[in-house]
Amino acid sequence: MIKVYTSSVIDAPADTVWAQVRDFNGLPRWTPFVAESRIEEGQPADRVGCVRNFRLRDGGLIRERLLTLSDYDYQCTYSILESPMGVENYVATLKLTPVTDGGRTFAEWWAEFDCAPEREAALAEQIGQGVFQAAFDSLKKVVAR
Amino acid sequence: MPTIRVRRSAVIDAPIERVWAVLRDFNSHGAWHPAVGPSAIERGEPSDQVGCVRDFTLKDGNHIREQLLTLSDRDHVSTYCILDATLPMRSYVATVQLKRVTDGDRTFWHWESTFHVPRGREREFEQLVGASVYEAGFTGLAAYLRRDGRPSPPRSAVDAQAVVATSFGGPEVLQPRRLDAPAPRSGEVRLQQTAVGVNYIDVYLRRGDYRMIEPPAPLGMEAAGVVLESNAAGFRPGDRVAYACLPPGAYATVRTLPAAQIVPLPDHVSEETAAALMLKGMTAEYLLHRTHRVKPGDTVLVHAAAGGVGLLLCQWARALGARVIGTVSSEAKAELARANGCEHPIVTRSYVFAEKVKQLTGGRGADVIYDGLGRDAAHENRAALARRGHWVSYGHATGALEPLSLVEKSGTFSQPVLFDYTEDLLHQMAGHVFAALRDGILRVDVRHRYPLGAAADAHRDLEARRTTGQIVLLP
Repeated sequence: MIKVYTSSVIDAPADTVWAQVRDFNGLPRWTPFVAESRIEEGQPADRVGCVRNFRLRDGGLIRERLLTLSDYDYQCTYSILESPMGVENYVATLKLTPVTDGGRTFAEWWAEFDCAPEREAALAEQIGQGVFQAAFDSLKKVVAR
Repeated sequence: MPTIRVRRSAVIDAPIERVWAVLRDFNSHGAWHPAVGPSAIERGEPSDQVGCVRDFTLKDGNHIREQLLTLSDRDHVSTYCILDATLPMRSYVATVQLKRVTDGDRTFWHWESTFHVPRGREREFEQLVGASVYEAGFTGLAAYLRRDGRPSPPRSAVDAQAVVATSFGGPEVLQPRRLDAPAPRSGEVRLQQTAVGVNYIDVYLRRGDYRMIEPPAPLGMEAAGVVLESNAAGFRPGDRVAYACLPPGAYATVRTLPAAQIVPLPDHVSEETAAALMLKGMTAEYLLHRTHRVKPGDTVLVHAAAGGVGLLLCQWARALGARVIGTVSSEAKAELARANGCEHPIVTRSYVFAEKVKQLTGGRGADVIYDGLGRDAAHENRAALARRGHWVSYGHATGALEPLSLVEKSGTFSQPVLFDYTEDLLHQMAGHVFAALRDGILRVDVRHRYPLGAAADAHRDLEARRTTGQIVLLP
């Protein structure tokens, strides 16, 4: 089991940032790498247990299940059901915390998963930087609008 | 009491390891928090040991003891609680948590607490803790980390003007001399002194009655001033401070001292007042609160009740609810003592007072006697002491006491010395004195001011009994 952790500071209030990321079906709106997304079986996007089915811009298909969602803690957890990344037991958490100094947001995103040992370093880099950090950078621009 | 929760957070532009190295040290706050004065860990325990207690003074004069409850180097979290505070905060538990901001290698710092405060004061304390403690701490630590590691400017000795006793003798032996105030070494500060207290003990030292100096040597036990340079945690240039300590040497314009001897001055205490009050005020503090704990209804006998310490003992003992009997040498001094809380001043020049004390107490005597007189009053003190009474000898103006036994009264005899109390209780004692000043319990009357170079005149007037109230020298 390896753990990847990425955190950033977003120059907008936590409520504003949370309004973007709490939508489990909203990845195409605030990430640079998701082309389209839908929630399976017509469920609401904030119902724990719902599954998002999305296509990456590079063509890959990913299915993820929402495990927890807390508007109080600004936190959600999800697991990967299917993906082309070659990971097992993948559970990720996205959490926001208000920074009272300056009305900003501390954003954390971490994931734990299993994979082939020789792929650990590359996957950690790909997920930590290529996914989480890239999404944060894109989110900063979205909330700044 | 309502519970309030205070949460503040900030991003510090330094790696988490660097921030945590400072914060995990439970005694580091004196070095980086702008509101925190000197701080010490009790019983010499390591400052990262769970259970250790830090004892510190805020720059506003409040005094706090806090205990470290948890410390996790893995999670970068520590929790602590307040044990005692001069602020009305109860059940205060706080958490400090750091998290790594991987984007830019910075640190997210979250600080929160819950506690009870008196009803109606919620907003005041939310602001006090949130802004003056947490937010000020964020700014202070960031500034500290920017300063840290920068080479300090070269330091050297500076010229100080001092007044020294050139030999034992009369006031004429006091002469101005140029002395070095060395650069502060680790744990020291250099002060620009602005007011120096004059005490009768300075006269004893000058005359050679107490062999505490070897001339030529500077005199003076207490002073106040402003920090010029600091090589010690908890003090910064510009801080207003005061001290009362050995060795003598306060009669000087600039002085370098161990920071452990120095206390910060709250805004409401002027440097003149502090210079006049440190020695006598802390003496009154330990006599009434530590050597003996005066309770409401106690009968307290104060000798030289119109003297420097005597007046403070009368004021404070009265405020504690004691019945204060005093001895003085004249009607005028009796008036002064009475105006300062002494209910029954006894005028006597020959130290005869026991019969009067017995009369005033229905034959019982005094529960505690504060005796600065010594030999010539010993017989009367023994007679004036109540059964199970406490005779506290803190001076001997008329000569040293013979060894004595109080077994016939189950009495207690103490010979306390100020510096045995200030050794480890300085901040509590000074904080207590400053709070008593603020609350109007202690009143200080600085009536006589002399330039530092005229110290000999101050001694002449003091010995000739031409002064009443406090005397300060102004460097």
